[in-house]
Amino acid sequence: MSEVTVQGGQEVLGVGRIEGPILVVEGGANVSYDEVVEIQDSRGQVRRGRVLEVGEGFAVIQAFAGSTGLSIDGTRVRFLGNTLHIPVADEMLGRIFDGLGNPIDGGPEPLTDRYMDVNGQPINPTARIYPRDYIQTGISTIDGVNTLLRGQKLPLFSGAGMPHDQLAAQIVRQATLGKIAGAPPTEGEEFAIVFAAMGVKNDVADYFRRSFTESGALTRVAMFLNLADDPPVERIVTPRAALTLAEYLAYELEKHVLVVLTDMTNYGEALRQISNVRGEVPSRKGYPGYLYSDLASMYERTGRIRTSKGSITQIPILTMPNDDITHPMPDLTGYITEGQIVLGRELNFAGIYPPVAVLPSLSRLMKDGIGKNRTRDDHPRWGAQLYAAYARTQDVRALASVIGEEELSDVDQKYLKFGRAFEREFVNQSFTENRSIERTLEIGWKLLSILPKKELTRVTLDEIAQYYKGDDASN
Amino acid sequence: MSEQVGTITWISGPVVRARGSRHVGMLELVEVGTERLVGEVIGLKGDQMTVQVYEETAGMQTGAPIFGTGLPLSVELGPGLIQSIYDGVQRPLPLIEEAVGSFINRGARFDSISREKKWKFTPKVKVGDEVKGGAVLGAVMETDTFEHRIMLNPDDSGTISWIAASGEYTVTDVIAKVKMGREEKSVTMLQRWPVRRARPFVSRRGANIPLITGQRILDTFFPVAKGGAAGIPGPFGSGKTVTQHSIAKWADAEIIVYIGCGERGNEMTEVLQEFPHLVDPRTGRPLMERTVLIANTSNMPVAAREASIYTGITIAEYYRDMGYHVALMADSTSRWAEALREVSGRLEEMPAEEGYPAYLAGRLAEFYERAGYVNNLNGTQGSVSIVGAVSPPGGDFSEPVTQHTKRFIRCFWALDKSLASARHFPAINWLDSYSEYLEDVAFWWREKTGKDWLSMRNRAMELLSEESRLSQIVKLVGPDALPYTERMVLETTRLIREGILQQNATESVDAFSSVEKQIRMLELVLYFHERGMAIVRRGAPINLIHDLPVVDTIIRAKSTVTNEEMHKFDDIQKQIDQQMGQLDAEYRS
Ligand SMILES: Nc1ncnc2c1ncn2[C@@H]1O[C@H](COP(=O)(O)OP(=O)(O)O)[C@@H](O)[C@H]1O
Ligand SMILES: [Mg+2]
Repeated sequence: MSEVTVQGGQEVLGVGRIEGPILVVEGGANVSYDEVVEIQDSRGQVRRGRVLEVGEGFAVIQAFAGSTGLSIDGTRVRFLGNTLHIPVADEMLGRIFDGLGNPIDGGPEPLTDRYMDVNGQPINPTARIYPRDYIQTGISTIDGVNTLLRGQKLPLFSGAGMPHDQLAAQIVRQATLGKIAGAPPTEGEEFAIVFAAMGVKNDVADYFRRSFTESGALTRVAMFLNLADDPPVERIVTPRAALTLAEYLAYELEKHVLVVLTDMTNYGEALRQISNVRGEVPSRKGYPGYLYSDLASMYERTGRIRTSKGSITQIPILTMPNDDITHPMPDLTGYITEGQIVLGRELNFAGIYPPVAVLPSLSRLMKDGIGKNRTRDDHPRWGAQLYAAYARTQDVRALASVIGEEELSDVDQKYLKFGRAFEREFVNQSFTENRSIERTLEIGWKLLSILPKKELTRVTLDEIAQYYKGDDASN
Repeated sequence: MSEQVGTITWISGPVVRARGSRHVGMLELVEVGTERLVGEVIGLKGDQMTVQVYEETAGMQTGAPIFGTGLPLSVELGPGLIQSIYDGVQRPLPLIEEAVGSFINRGARFDSISREKKWKFTPKVKVGDEVKGGAVLGAVMETDTFEHRIMLNPDDSGTISWIAASGEYTVTDVIAKVKMGREEKSVTMLQRWPVRRARPFVSRRGANIPLITGQRILDTFFPVAKGGAAGIPGPFGSGKTVTQHSIAKWADAEIIVYIGCGERGNEMTEVLQEFPHLVDPRTGRPLMERTVLIANTSNMPVAAREASIYTGITIAEYYRDMGYHVALMADSTSRWAEALREVSGRLEEMPAEEGYPAYLAGRLAEFYERAGYVNNLNGTQGSVSIVGAVSPPGGDFSEPVTQHTKRFIRCFWALDKSLASARHFPAINWLDSYSEYLEDVAFWWREKTGKDWLSMRNRAMELLSEESRLSQIVKLVGPDALPYTERMVLETTRLIREGILQQNATESVDAFSSVEKQIRMLELVLYFHERGMAIVRRGAPINLIHDLPVVDTIIRAKSTVTNEEMHKFDDIQKQIDQQMGQLDAEYRS
């Protein structure tokens, strides 16, 4: 094994061991933890990797593009002396990159001398501004009962074959800064969009590209694509590269940035694979014990800070294996993100779009972005009432399936009616329908008016007097 | 200054190995690499030491030096802790922001407690006084209303040979000299204490005063005592954090230590932005003026997350030693356990359950043992109550952290996903939760309210468990099959659930219920039940009770009647009397 120091770092010829995407390099001094390397195979082809572990005289390296074609003797590893950085620039909007941030749209390298570490750094909690401004997405199940705020991380939990891509595309297309109900529409600033694909099929990436083109957003979108047939290990970097650009755009150029990451489940797969090859002690379902921290290191790269007017809002998409919300990927994601929008198989079968399963969905920040002077005074209680009524509907449905609908009490019959109408009129809307917040509130009140007043204990009596439209004349 | 004691031989994430084990002690604080990152020795074997590093290690190289300090990982204690926000190893986050901007840079070093700020010191001892460890030497007003007692280090004792006159001093100015044998020791207002060592006290006292949180399901149904330990497990989105925030806001403790351990940045920001504007109902001062925050969020270094729990509890014990009631919130202990697991995994230790190290249970026990209501060294009494959130994977309470925690706490607040989905908050399941402090605090309730709280509480619990039995039947045959007396139970339990158990943390009137309001609400609902029961026994159909207007009034009372308007409950009782009286009269004949 020979060692030479070339410009830009030392080089080692030959590796000690290759296992899956992991190489162990012997020799080499002063290697840094997490340093980037260039790996050259015997034909001179170069791929990149990074250092996962360093010991005296050895380093464990993860090759982003895998180890196919690498040989023990013919491989050269060059240590570049720094952690992984990508160029960042405003002109990256409108461009398409691979999963490591290299242009793949035929255009030139971004012209910039700003390079940023893809790992980012934790935002100091004292530097954050708590999110308060809501984003109107025009979708009732979001704006009404799971309101999204600028600077929030709100994932879509979905399953194979469900329309999460359409929903994400609709959100991106319709998102504007929300306004107080009744106020005239304002010219909202447009979002810059950073889109990262991890292990999804080409049609998915294509679908989003078309959608961005049709809505005229393409010039505001930067796409980072690691597709299904791209090297899985690269997926570890893709969302981080995307978020690095997003941070630059939001915190240095003061833009409002919407980040869509899909599919985080594929990301988790890649992480699990590397962990298994390294023989690490697994926690649940073979995922490494640090999965939570690893996911948090990406999801927490969201929000607003005091030194910039910009913001990062994250919409990660993940498909739940077997629709199981307790699977480690959705589970740990839900523990980190500020709520979740869950898509339901049954609603989807029933032809309801978007099939948002309202009960398990949640926006944790909603309470701070709605109500008086934000949307409308009654909004928080109205939302709680819709939730409570719809939850009751589920119980009534279960009872009806046992004793039969005819046997239900009058009130329970009304709940059934409410539930059906809620799904068909509130949840259901078309892919192109952009509902105003006023409209969403109005539909909700119309549905609540199916129920007797006495059932509506979450809203105030004044609100009932003002908005209730049912035929229950009692006081 | 510290000298080089070792050389790094291996790096993997937050764990580093180095040669030079002979020059350091176990749990010694060391400085790692040329940037002198903070670390702690967690293993010694042969020539090798293992160090966990409290900062990001990317870019660190083998061959880099390790410096010893000769000290264990410690916190600084003294005036100026209140209103601070620290990371897991007590670095002041506002100063880091000032120095390096919005993103936390490694290697930033700052004093945990300001060396410049002057405090008005008033001596409490005089020359010649014999003083033992913990003795109160003097006091400063740490906020307008909070007296911070300057205590002699617990390990010291002797005779006061000099004491500073009343006046303004910094925490490093000498304020007393103590003759200890032949030596004379200079004492300042600043103390260091190793975080992994519990601060000593004389003895434990019975925990028989409830920690009043203003949360009805806690105080009325599952109370925790001052000095007690409670666990609050629940899946994501079930209400752990909101409950912890509510306790931090409204609990009747004099000091709150809130540890955001591996959780969201925005949640800490929320506390930072909200607490200065919320008023402590007892002192009339902003809530921030009794709060110390430790924020080691999920994206901050994982080893510092492990330390954050100890940093917090040591600060809590310090205030306890002054004779105060302290409540500590840790959100979430599961993230702390995962930090242990992560470090253990890098050390390739033999895992026990689900990859957690075998010493998980021991560490949890040590932590919860540091709760207590105690007789302090200086003759005062103080308490540390612990409320630990637990985040079980998939919401499955059979996992190791929940199970082990259960062994060391006496109060279990079980959050329930289905209640949360139905927006029944706090989503604490009343059938799965328990408190072992009920008998202990019953006397306090009687003294305070003159009412037999425990019997009323037990009666309500009885009705709730009856409800759960009845609802099984209802699920099979519908409610009509039940006799009216059983349906009366369901009417009442609806009032208990919606009128008492449900409490909206975001609604100003409802967020905090005084003890008086809590017991009065319970009393009213039970009164409603007794009267209703008498009427249905006479054959009145249940829907007549169901349709009484007072039902709605009772359910709304939590947010329509403030803590100051107790007389309004008398009005509601009159309405019950009047409306029930009418029915009663009709069915008496
Ligand atoms: N007591 C409460 N009052 C009102 N809303 C609550 C209450 N408890 C929980 N919530 C709602 O539930 C959401 C999730 O609660 P949170 O405490 O963040 O859950 P966890 O910490 O268990 O993940 C909150 O954002 C809030 O909307
Ligand atoms: Mg939480």
